[in-house]
Amino acid sequence: MNQTQVKIPVRKASASACVLDIHGEINSAAEPVLMEAYNQACAAGSRFVLINFTDLEYMNSSGIGLLVTLLIRARRQGQKLMAFGLNEHYSQIFELTRLNEAILIFDSEADALKAIA
Amino acid sequence: MSENSTSENSHPKKRVDGWAAPVSRLNADSVPGDVTNINVTGRHITTALQGFGQMWQKTYRIRFEGAHPDPREVVRVWKEEFPSFWPKGNYFYSKGGPMQPGDVAVLNLSGPGGINAPGGKPLISTGILVVYADDDSFSFVTPEGHILAGMNTFSAYEENGAVYAQVQALIRASDPLYEILFRLGLGNKMEDDFWMETIKNLATRFGANGTRTLTRVCVDSGVQWSKAKNIWHNAAIRTTLHHIASPVRWVLRKVGGK
Repeated sequence: MNQTQVKIPVRKASASACVLDIHGEINSAAEPVLMEAYNQACAAGSRFVLINFTDLEYMNSSGIGLLVTLLIRARRQGQKLMAFGLNEHYSQIFELTRLNEAILIFDSEADALKAIA
Repeated sequence: MSENSTSENSHPKKRVDGWAAPVSRLNADSVPGDVTNINVTGRHITTALQGFGQMWQKTYRIRFEGAHPDPREVVRVWKEEFPSFWPKGNYFYSKGGPMQPGDVAVLNLSGPGGINAPGGKPLISTGILVVYADDDSFSFVTPEGHILAGMNTFSAYEENGAVYAQVQALIRASDPLYEILFRLGLGNKMEDDFWMETIKNLATRFGANGTRTLTRVCVDSGVQWSKAKNIWHNAAIRTTLHHIASPVRWVLRKVGGK
């Protein structure tokens, strides 16, 4: 299978929001790590899950598939999925795959938290 | 809070970006003029987020037995000879050459059991856009009107000393009519037969037999009623109407002197 190196620490950003800081590559092998990070955000009672792509090294099409699956899970839980820190290239990938129509995208964490408040 | 990580192996190779450039609408004008090409040009692409029906993740996998090719060679050949592994009666028209990011192809597909429209014409004319391709995998998404809204990813890999090839589909039926076909089992049978035969043919190309498996996971059991209007683009309906209207087009061409 694909091999990857990814770390996704989870931190509380506000009473209702958690941030998943992605460090590394998002491909099919990242699934257990990403889902575990999401589960931690759920356990913390977050209504808003913010994904920080600032330190994303690479994402392939399987990675986009993981984000789609995560988005559906979040919707089922009544949560909102948000993203920030996307560089121009990955902003274009979100546009190409129409993820930008389903995930709220912000330039920075501060902008995302301001929108939540 | 804690940190989640995986580091199964280091990844020393430099990643070459495999993504297509963004496109707002598809253009399939480069494919040959003698195919039924009516449901691609001008269409938006769709992923599972834009579909109507239940969302499924399906994985069609074959374990190569009797041959042990390099997985990257499998992906290279799969990209280069993509339509040659398809079941008979289904046609793929592109600009030619291996699948590359940004390629748009027109598909002329038969129905369940290989049935065609009268005159051997395709039952469904639709297409795909290759959104991603690298040495390890490639993916396409579908245009509005396709049976399925979603992304298919094709890959090969080695695990526990064996080589596997797989198709992973993250999909929803595009509209209510297609969803009925899936709920009745016809859509699933059509799709499952298609990809199971494809991976078998791929293994045969490498002189391998194989054990095939199919796993289905329902990612979202609900339907998206807001997408019911997708039926406007239904490629099966439009292809049928196109065939019905062909005598009228023929007369108009004669009258017009073309």
